[in-house]
Amino acid sequence: MRYVLAIYENEKQWESMPKSEADQVMGEYLAFTEGIKKSGNYVAGEALQPIATATTVRIRDGKRLTTDGPFAETKEQLGGFYLIEAENIDQAIAIASRIPAARTGCIEVRPVVDFSQPQG
Amino acid sequence: MSTPGSLLERTYREDHGRIVATVIRVLGGDFAAAEEVVQEAFADALAQWPREGAPREPRAWLIRAARNKAVDRVRRGVRLGARIDALEAVARIEQALTPPPDGSEWQALPDDTLRLLFTCCHPALAPEAQVALALRTLCGLTTEEIAHAFLVPPATMAQRLVRAQRKIRDAGIPYVVPDADALGERTRGVLHTVYLVFSEGYAATDGPDLLRVELCAEALRLGRLARSLLPRHPEVASLLALMLLHHSRRRARVAEDGGLVLLDRQDRALWDGEEIREGLAELDAALALGARGPYTLQAAIAALHAQAARPEDTDWAQIAVLYERLCELSPGPVVELNRAAAVAMARGPEHGLALVDDLETSGRLTRYHLLPAARAELLRRLGRHEEAAASYRRALALVRTGPERRFLEERLRELLDGADA
Repeated sequence: MRYVLAIYENEKQWESMPKSEADQVMGEYLAFTEGIKKSGNYVAGEALQPIATATTVRIRDGKRLTTDGPFAETKEQLGGFYLIEAENIDQAIAIASRIPAARTGCIEVRPVVDFSQPQG
Repeated sequence: MSTPGSLLERTYREDHGRIVATVIRVLGGDFAAAEEVVQEAFADALAQWPREGAPREPRAWLIRAARNKAVDRVRRGVRLGARIDALEAVARIEQALTPPPDGSEWQALPDDTLRLLFTCCHPALAPEAQVALALRTLCGLTTEEIAHAFLVPPATMAQRLVRAQRKIRDAGIPYVVPDADALGERTRGVLHTVYLVFSEGYAATDGPDLLRVELCAEALRLGRLARSLLPRHPEVASLLALMLLHHSRRRARVAEDGGLVLLDRQDRALWDGEEIREGLAELDAALALGARGPYTLQAAIAALHAQAARPEDTDWAQIAVLYERLCELSPGPVVELNRAAAVAMARGPEHGLALVDDLETSGRLTRYHLLPAARAELLRRLGRHEEAAASYRRALALVRTGPERRFLEERLRELLDGADA
């Protein structure tokens, strides 16, 4: 099964982090990504620009409405994600718990819909 | 010789969990389909056994019937699990239908029940869903019975169960016993679920009855099951001991009019000696396995009460020490309140009152009736009757179950009449 591991954390933590510490965390991410590539679990993964760069788009009554900012203001923001292949949720949880942000923010584990299987 | 009807009833009570557990595995983890075919198998048994006589091995008969139903469904094109196609499903089920080569009758594996227990108590499911699933599949309670026990409408409970079964399927919650490195954490989750069932039965938070004995009995069944499946796990034995020692007092704890009877006023002859013996033995087993956790401490406290022939023989000093340790291990306002009561008994009401006052100042128990109730009791013992009456009135403003309300009203009346001064 495929799972998205959505990484939520408080962006301000990053802003206030000394460079040496930020470098160390980046190193941990590189090692983590390398690890799940080697184990064959990695499908994709990206880090996102800060929430200040977010734009929200809606179509209402046929008209496009574009606004500055994220869909919802929350204390912790979506900062990136991994798409992984895992045997089941236990393996997905085990992988998610190795993401560095699990220690400071949280990781949402969401199964991906498999359209090749009957739904219901 | 039992009749086919009573045999079927007993098989349902005792073996429903094991039968469902096995059929879920055979059907590749499909809870909903497994439950349906097991219900159909029981319905067939209800019709056939009185007519044709009960089978020699009822459980094997039912599992075989359920598997035949599953194969029929696949052949008729009824979808089973989302991730098995029909051919694969038939092959899998038919393989499971083949009797073992040694000619023995097919039996449920204890592993299946353990798988079911861990899957029902998976941390990815909400606690109330875990409880509902465990009662539905392992204990064979109907949705209506579970809804009644938790005072929610049957439709709400049905929806909760359907959602949980869907999440198991769609989120890929596996039908397995966790690996060794996750086993400790996951076992704590199982114990917590069983404890939730027991607590809800033992101290109902709402409604007309104080105790819901049927929930306590189901929790004990689950506890014994976990104990037989995980014999080397110390906290499993501790939880079983804790439940047995509390359950042993059930007849003495509720008066004939349904009112609450506190420990010091209970008729100890009504305590269940057999359950006390079993509970003490389980506590010994837990301690021998190295148990030192919160369930162990609570079981040890219950054991000290169980071993006191009269209330005045209670080793309150030891109980106060155990509560102090419990406050360190799993701090919480309710535990601290119990500790205050024990300290009051061991060292005098004024010492207990000081702890209760600290708790009150902390503001963590403002909605909990037992805080002013405990305060009232200590003030009464100190002869400060006016303050005690005021505290009883505050407790009465917060209490939610009928029997506890009557208990507090009676205490207040005694105080005002000076009957208990």
